[in-house]
This record gives sequence, structure tokens and C-alpha cells, in this order.
Amino acid sequence: MNEQDHETTGTEVARQDGHGGAVRLDEGHVVGAGGVPERFANPGLPAHIPRMADLDEAAAKRAEKQVATLFGISMLATLAFLVLYFVIDVNQTVFIPGVGVTSASNAALGVTLALSLLGIGLGAVHWAKTLMPDEEVVEDRHPMRAGDAERAEAVRVMTQEGGKSQIGRRPLIKYTLGGAMGLFALPIVLQVAGSLGEMPRKSLSLTWWNGGPSGPGEIPTFRPLRLMKDPENLPIKASDVTIGSVFHVMPQGLLPDPVTHEGGAEHLLEEKAKAAVLLMRLDPEQIKSQKERDWGYQGIVAYSKICTHVGCPVGLYEQQTHHLLCPCHQSTFDVTQDCKVIFGPAKRPLPQLKITVDDEGYLVSAQPFDEAVGPSFWERNS
Amino acid sequence: MTTTSTPRPADALRDGDSAYQAPPSAAARKVGGLAGWVDDRTGAAKPVGYLMKKVFPDHWSFMLGEIAMYSMIICLITGTFLTFWYVPSAGLTVYDGSYVPLRGVEMSEAYASTLHISFDIKGGLMIRQIHHWAALMFTVAVVVHMFRVFFTGAFRKPREINWVIGSVLALLSIIEGFAGYSLPDDLLSGTGIRAMAGFVQTAPVIGSYLVYGIFGGPFPGEMIIPRLYSVHILLLPAILVGLFTVHIALVALQKHTQFPGPGRTNDNVVGYPVMPVYAAKAGGFFFIVFGVLALISALVQINPIWGYGPYDPSPVTAGSQPDWYMGFADGALRLLPGWLEFNLWGEYTLSLNIALGALVLLPLVYIVLGAYPFVERFVTKDEREHHLLDRPRNNPVRTGIGMAGITAYTVFMFAAGNDIMAIKLGLSINDITWFFRIGLFVLPPIVFWVTKRTCLALQRRDREQVLHGRESGTIIRTPDGRFFERHEAELPEDQWILVQHEAVRPFEIAATADEHGVARPAARSDRVRSAMSRFYFADAVNPVTPAELAAAHHHGHEAEAIEGPTPAGEIESSSRDDALARRLE
Repeated sequence: MNEQDHETTGTEVARQDGHGGAVRLDEGHVVGAGGVPERFANPGLPAHIPRMADLDEAAAKRAEKQVATLFGISMLATLAFLVLYFVIDVNQTVFIPGVGVTSASNAALGVTLALSLLGIGLGAVHWAKTLMPDEEVVEDRHPMRAGDAERAEAVRVMTQEGGKSQIGRRPLIKYTLGGAMGLFALPIVLQVAGSLGEMPRKSLSLTWWNGGPSGPGEIPTFRPLRLMKDPENLPIKASDVTIGSVFHVMPQGLLPDPVTHEGGAEHLLEEKAKAAVLLMRLDPEQIKSQKERDWGYQGIVAYSKICTHVGCPVGLYEQQTHHLLCPCHQSTFDVTQDCKVIFGPAKRPLPQLKITVDDEGYLVSAQPFDEAVGPSFWERNS
Repeated sequence: MTTTSTPRPADALRDGDSAYQAPPSAAARKVGGLAGWVDDRTGAAKPVGYLMKKVFPDHWSFMLGEIAMYSMIICLITGTFLTFWYVPSAGLTVYDGSYVPLRGVEMSEAYASTLHISFDIKGGLMIRQIHHWAALMFTVAVVVHMFRVFFTGAFRKPREINWVIGSVLALLSIIEGFAGYSLPDDLLSGTGIRAMAGFVQTAPVIGSYLVYGIFGGPFPGEMIIPRLYSVHILLLPAILVGLFTVHIALVALQKHTQFPGPGRTNDNVVGYPVMPVYAAKAGGFFFIVFGVLALISALVQINPIWGYGPYDPSPVTAGSQPDWYMGFADGALRLLPGWLEFNLWGEYTLSLNIALGALVLLPLVYIVLGAYPFVERFVTKDEREHHLLDRPRNNPVRTGIGMAGITAYTVFMFAAGNDIMAIKLGLSINDITWFFRIGLFVLPPIVFWVTKRTCLALQRRDREQVLHGRESGTIIRTPDGRFFERHEAELPEDQWILVQHEAVRPFEIAATADEHGVARPAARSDRVRSAMSRFYFADAVNPVTPAELAAAHHHGHEAEAIEGPTPAGEIESSSRDDALARRLE
């Protein structure tokens, strides 16, 4: 909208002496007519104002020295970097006011590198601003579009010269070429898409609680698994779970030995990502859901730790309110109401793991999760 | 072999070919033997000479794109260094480096090598921190550069292609950032990957296959780190650099836009040539950006991955936040209510509470951005080339739309920090979330309205300033002892900026009946255009015209007449403005 469409002559407002033709200003936009140009004319480039260094050789000399000083600082800082690289041990720390205790090597190398670079940069810019020509140059623009003749020529080359391939006259070639070009990428796409990795099959709906490895193609058979403390990998006696306590639990056989890192699931992280469980003990009176009470043991309840929103571990347990909060997107689950969502973006409650005790009094699973844990997916059918 | 006597050298075998002529290389050789050598073989002198005297206009806001360009180059340099030590593997290893708290902990080689870079490679932490800060600087600069281009209307013809390329670059830059952020395989970034897996999994119909394909099997698997690595250091940088090259080549080809001002028109570029001014300024600016990033990296810690521990899908750190540029998508996930998840026929699950925020919003933002120039072009039907920038106030509706968009984006982004706000401000997280949920719908229209009214007010002030005339500083005393200041009647040079833009008015549908009086319904597109045009331009405030300025001065005389007898006659020779000035007293 800034076009100078109407080049008008005369840069001034035409003076109209006398009182005829005056327009009231409270009547909105006034369109010019008659002897007054419709728009103001561009006044043209203002006069160039010379700088100190243009007029005074002493000022120019001063600018030269300032630029040289900045370049000199850069050189010194570079040398300092080289020295400090060897002098400062990589693990040495230093206290810097306002920053705190930090890596001495990182601070020293970073600051000297910064000075080395800033010296060059500021020097160059200062040089340009003080000593290089500052008289503005005008360059003309031309329309982006090519001339009509050039356009016509391009069209001619594409149609007439291109037509010499006879593609227009030989439809057999045209269509077979189209077919071949349309298909040739498929092998490459198939190779990538087909070989990306194993497809899920049932594995999104299974966990280690189903009886063991639950990856694609595995068909575990259920057996009661002890609830093991993570990371100690020790079974939990029902009597050890006091009211208000919370345990981070993995199924028996999943975790490796905490010291030797031996044993455990072959696909450890993949199994952990589905099998993690939170174990809490509530006063049974506080539990509002009969199913929750039935699936627990004397107020001890176990719930999947994997958020039903996008799968973060539900890490925060509020002992007073019995709320579980996911730190990623703040979905809040109420443990007294069968882990129903009471706030946040999740829809479904955390799945409950039905538990009981074995002969030795250790907590064990009574059945696997009866629904898929973690985030939703299309084939999920509950 | 026949021998003919035709004096035809080998390089002029066809009729009309001119014989080889030695280049006037005496001068070229003086420049430098090497330059002459190259030019003899490439003819590079011509384009180099052209480019070196190319003129670029000067304005501080044109540096924003430069900052983005330089941050990207710095990322490429430091990133290359990092690949020398980083090990893109999820294979397990037991850490035994110099960071004592993690010794003996089992972790991925990716995490161990990142610790190695941070603690055992001299200057490694510095390079890592420069890389991370430069990436943040890059994404910020891209966004702010985009604001500049948007609010000044620099995306208009002929630059729509470059705007679209820029939108793609902006989208790729945040994906590139996310990929790089995830490579250390620490607990925080791993949680980000976990969320990414979660929302890919919710894609309708193909979600579970998609997530297994990306991760090469069940989450997290061992494939995601090497795959992200190849995406982060090869695939996306190649596309980014390629598109960026086209982006900057188009800037050179179309010549940079300039702000309006005296002597600056739509048909010229007023500024400084590359040689020597921009060679020094832009070249120097690279070092300044690099230097500032080095200084920040020396003194301000970023992403201390050693504090988070190795990734494990079961623990989590409280206050999980993505890097800022992913904040808006994360915030959307926090705001979307759970009831958007539906169970279809008891067989399938459609999780719009996740898919909308992650899979739809992310591309949608950039599609809307990329499409904007075409929407505005549809409204204005403007086919001319625009090389002069708009002052944002001179297009109040566009500026309002931009501000409303920024507001919506900001609400999403701040929503990603609702937990931090709740803790730091001692507020209920539920209240904060509800504030953002409502704010997302309420705030953008308010901001639009406020911005538009502000722009209109600024435009009116511009008009007033022009109509008021310039206060000359000359005080005149009349014979009867009254003082007034003389106002200049002509448009002073520094007020050109206030009147240079074009007057606008809404598009009106042409005659709705033909010459026989038969109703001719306007085309639907014309009706839509007319409605949108009213939305854009109905209450436009147009620049002062010369007639209006002249009228303003006349009006002074009128007022004077109304005000009754004055000794104006005695001073008539001083200026026509005097009367106006007096009226304004």
C-alpha cells in the first residue's frame, strides 16, 4: 500500500489563497481534486551529513586506533585461550560472583573465546560505522517478471522443442513413462517402511504382569508374580506396607540384580515402560470403590504408574489427599476413587492391578492388568 | 585427415562463433594471481563483481534474520565437533568417568558419551553449551524474524514463495531442536521422547504401527537414538541448509525490502553496498553473535544433563519442561480436556485430547502461517509488487491478527509452565489451567481489538501531526501584545513518513444489475471478498492528502472569522498559519 502510483510534480502543497474550497476537517477523509495533487510527493533523499571522521583527520585517526585496539584485544584473548586450555584442569571449579561455582575451564575458555570473537566483530562494525563510506547508494529495482518475449520463448522451447520428443504424438510412451515414474519409488519406500521394526501385534495390551516377556510375538501365560521393590528388587510383605506409604514396584523377574546388573528382562526398559506399578496403603474406610477394595488387599492397592495420557510415569503422590499427579501434563488421579481422573487432560483412570498375598505373606499379582496400560491407541477396545 | 586453409580455430567451428579472445586479464591478474586463475576457468569475476556492489538497505530489524543465519552456522560448526565424541547408541554401559555421583551407574552409551563431553573433554562443555544456546537463539531469531516480516507486510508479492519457505524452515527448526535435545538420552529428554511416543501412538488408525515403526519396536527400544541422530545431523540439516540457501538467494534476487522514507520508493533500494560496508558489518556481526553465544555459554549453564540421570521409563523428575519452542505444543496437551477421547463402537479409541494438541496443532500453526499471504492477497486483489514495507500501524487489521496469533501461541506456551507457575506463585494449578483454557478463547479477540484500536489511534495522531503543521519555534508577537508560534505550512521532510502510505478503502461489489436492470448476483467469491475487505479496511484511517493539509490552513482562517475581530490584518504578511496557531492557543 506504499506504492507511489501517482507520480506528482511539485513537492509542495499548492497554496490556495482566498477562502474558496476549504473543507471541514470533521467530515472524514477528503479526496483531493483540482489543482491540488492527490498525494504528497516523495521529497527525495535527505542531504548527507558527514561524520566526525569524514571532516577531521584527528577523529579518523582516533577511530582507527579504536578499531585496532579491538582487533588487538581479540588477538590477546585468542592467545589467552591457547594458554588456558593447557593450564586449567578440566575438572577444576571456580566461584564466580553472580554465577556461582562453575567449571573453571568452561568459564575461562568460553570468556576468552568470546573476547576473541567479539574483538573481531565489534572492531569490524566500528570500522564500518566510522571510516567506511556512509553515503547511501541508490540501486534501481526492476519488475521480477521476465519480458513478454522471454516468456514466449520459454513457452516455445517447452512446447515446440519439447514437442520434438514426439511425446504428444505417441501416447503409448507418454502413459508408460507416467506409469514407470509413478511406480519406481515404491521399492525404496517399501524397503524403509517395511523394515522399520517389529509391529506391535498384541504387545501394547500386554505387560510383564501377564507372566513374563511381553514384546511383539510373545504370548506369556499368567502366573502370580511377586511385587518387587524398585530398585532394590526385593519382595514386599503386606505387613511392611504401612498406611500412607507408597512403593515403586516392578514384577518379579523383571529387574536385574541391583549390584551386579545381572539377570532380569532382556528388554529391560521396554518392559519397565509398561510394567511400572505404584503400591499404596489407604485406610479401607477411605476407599470409595468396592472394586478397588476387592482388587486390593486390606487397603493395599496397586495401580499402573504409566499415565493414561501420553505415558509419563505418574510420579507425585500426595499422601493427605491420596491424589496422584503426573508431572508432564498434570493429570490428577484420585486413589480413593479407583484412580479416576479428577483434573487434567487424561481421560481414563489408571488401570488397577489385582493383588493378593502368597503363602509367605508376600504381595503377589492375582491377575494381569485387565486392560492396556499407558496412552491410548486406536485398537484399544475398552 | 583433410587439411583446409580455413583460418578457423578449434573453438570456433561453427559459423558465427567468435574466435577465442584472451581476457583482459592484465587487470584481473593484478587483483591476485589466484583470482585471475579462477576467473580464467569460471568467469566468476562477473557475478562476484555484481554481488559485491549489491545494495542492501539498513535497519536494525533486518539483523534478526542474520542472527538466525549465524546461529544456524554456529550450530553446524559446534555440532560437527560434538559428533567427534558423541556415541549415538542406546547400548548399555557402566559409567566410570570423572563425574563421581554417577560412577557405577548403568546407562546408555549416548548418555555416557554426553557426560564424557561435559566432564572429560577440555572445552567439551563449552562446545556443548554453545551448541545448545545457539540452537535456542536460532529458534528465537527465526520466530522474531518472522514477526518482523509479518508485521511489515514483507511477505507480499513477490515474496510469498520466500514466506512459505520461511514457514517450512521455522517448522523444521523446532523439529531439529527437539531431535537434538533428545540425543543425550537423559531422564528429562527421555521423558520428552516418551510423550512423543505417546502422542504418535494416538494417531487415528495407524498410531500403534507408526510408533512401533519410529522406535523400531516397543518403546523405547534401541533404535530411536541412532535414528534421531541421523535425522538430527544429516537429514534435517541438509534440508535446512538447502532451503535456507534458496531463502537467501531469493532475497538477493528480489532485492531486500526497505522501510519507507524520503528518497525511498517502491522502485529503488537505498542503502549500502556489500563491499565494503556490509562485508564488514555483516561479517563482523557473525563474530558478535558467536562471541555473545560463547559468553553466555561460559557463564550460564544450560541443560545440566548430569543432574537428571540416565533415562529410565519409570522414574520422572517433577517440573518436566521441554525447550521453549516445543512449549506451545506441550501447553496444548495440558489444556485439552480429557472428554475429547472417544470410544468408537466399543472397538476403537480416538484420542482427540492428544491428537489435536500434538499431531494437528504443530503442523496447523505453520500451515496457517504459510497460507496468510494468500488470504490477504485474496482480500486486496493486489497484483502489484511491494518492496516498501508497511509501518505496522498502517495495516491495523493485519497487525491485530498477528498480535492475536501471538497471544494464542503465548497462552499455549505459558500453559506448558503451569506447574512451575503454580509452585513459584503459590497458586492452584487447576485455577491456572482454567485461566489458560478460557484465556485461549478470550484473550486473542481482546488483543486483536486493542491492537487494532491502538493502530488506528496512532494513525490519527499521525494525521493530526501533519495537519497541525510543524511548530517552527518562531514566536511572533502581535502589535496588541499577543504571542503565538508560527507553524510551517509545507510538509516538512521528516513528516513524509506520516503520509507516504496509500489510502485504502473496502472492496465494493460492482453493479448488481446489468444494463437492462436484470439482477446479476455477485459471484460468491466477490461477496466473501467484500465481507473480508470490510473487516480489513472498513474503518481505515487514511493519510493526509495535500488537499486536506491546504484545507487545514484555510480552516484556520474560517475559525478566525468566527472568533470575531482580530488584528490579523496587520500581520497577514507573516504567515497564513498564524490564524490557525492563534485558534489553537
